[in-house]
Amino acid sequence: MTYDKRFDGRAFDEMRPMEAKAGVIKRAAGSGWFKIGNTEAYAAVYGPREMFPRFQQNPEKGVLRCFYSMMPFSSAGDRVRPGPSRRSKEISLVTAKALLPVLDLSEYANSVVDIYIELPQTDAGTRCAGICAASIALADAGIPMKDLVCAISAGKVEDKIILDLNYEEDSHEKGVDIPIAMLHNSKKISLMQLDGEISSEEVAQCIEMVKKASDKLFEVQKEALKGRFRVAGDKNA
Amino acid sequence: MGEIKVKNKDVVVPGEILANGMDFLPSYGTYREGEQILASRLGLVNIEGKVIKLVPLSGVYHPKKGDTIIGPVTEILLSGWRVDTNSAYSAVMNMKDATSEFIARGANLTKYFAIGDYVMVKIINVTSQNLVDLTMKGPGLRKISGGRMIRVNSNKVPRIIGKQGSMVSMIKQYTGCRILVGQNGIVWVSGDEPAKELLAVETIKKIELEAHIPGLTDKVNAFLEGHKDSVKGGVKEQNNGGNNDVR
Repeated sequence: MTYDKRFDGRAFDEMRPMEAKAGVIKRAAGSGWFKIGNTEAYAAVYGPREMFPRFQQNPEKGVLRCFYSMMPFSSAGDRVRPGPSRRSKEISLVTAKALLPVLDLSEYANSVVDIYIELPQTDAGTRCAGICAASIALADAGIPMKDLVCAISAGKVEDKIILDLNYEEDSHEKGVDIPIAMLHNSKKISLMQLDGEISSEEVAQCIEMVKKASDKLFEVQKEALKGRFRVAGDKNA
Repeated sequence: MGEIKVKNKDVVVPGEILANGMDFLPSYGTYREGEQILASRLGLVNIEGKVIKLVPLSGVYHPKKGDTIIGPVTEILLSGWRVDTNSAYSAVMNMKDATSEFIARGANLTKYFAIGDYVMVKIINVTSQNLVDLTMKGPGLRKISGGRMIRVNSNKVPRIIGKQGSMVSMIKQYTGCRILVGQNGIVWVSGDEPAKELLAVETIKKIELEAHIPGLTDKVNAFLEGHKDSVKGGVKEQNNGGNNDVR
């Protein structure tokens, strides 16, 4: 069987419509909101602040902690049990590792930067949306970082290589899902996971697709951050 | 020949290319990658000749030697007080830096500063491990009582103070409030009427929001002028409300 037309009618290398904002959570040091299709992520950054428990402090540089969580009502019908699960702990860990390569926490010895990612609505690609939102939030929090991290999933359904899978494609019997996080400038990969069976040539095609998509993601993130500093009535905006 | 990709005073995001070519120099908030200069944080571009640097727009306060800050006492130590600096690191004020009075061995230190008291202090040293030492010896440094504390983004503090304190003295003049601005983003406002304090707080919040926009002083002046009547009894006349010995 062939996959001629995508479930939601997009082109095979087309992303779902994206929206982003920075500074949505006023009391956080920095925050970001990222929406791609029906997947929506909020990220709030607190810190650098004093780290507890003390034994986890690093006297050489700051520590990055990440907390990923899907809201109970976020999925297609079944209630997501709140609190840490095997899955959310794993995603928290890989998110932190995806973001760490761009951050410079050497000035913040013994302190911690906390990122909280919450997903009010999900339709596959949550870890990627979370990373994009967290990237906006970290920049908004004024933390030194070399680059923004752009994340998107690529994959395969039946015989077609596709970009930005939605839930129908992600859960397809013959679907392959590869979430990839990429540093925008160097195009280095800081997260890549794979779920399904796929040949190495096809993975290479997926990576090429993500490379192109990362430029668009960066633009969205950039606009979100710049939009925060536009004040109504300002002519220079 | 290199080329600059951004204008002065532009807001740039991490990873954005600022300039191409080797005849520009990266300074604070930027870095060189090959031929290019890129931003390494969110900030406003500042081009001075060949040097490109960023003025940060956001971020938590980081203690710096020489800063005057406001913070609450959080702990009584063996020979001093621990003060929260509104940053990732707390600071210690030693007895000998706190007062010129003689404090007997084993005296009750809460007589001088109790937990929860706010103090205006100066940072005398920050070590490589970010241990912070404070002093209260200096003009205007003291314990603060009464009034209200507000928190602002510490990067906006220079704009709240203004050139030679012009902005803060304007607010003092219009509202008749006494205002102390800590470099760590804690601001103390005290007036004889709540309405005046509220106007001062509102003005400071406005400055914080629009700090990066040129022509701020005029805008704030117009704002205060417009709200002059909302404060009972007018304000500009009473004047001298601002305690001008401290910024």
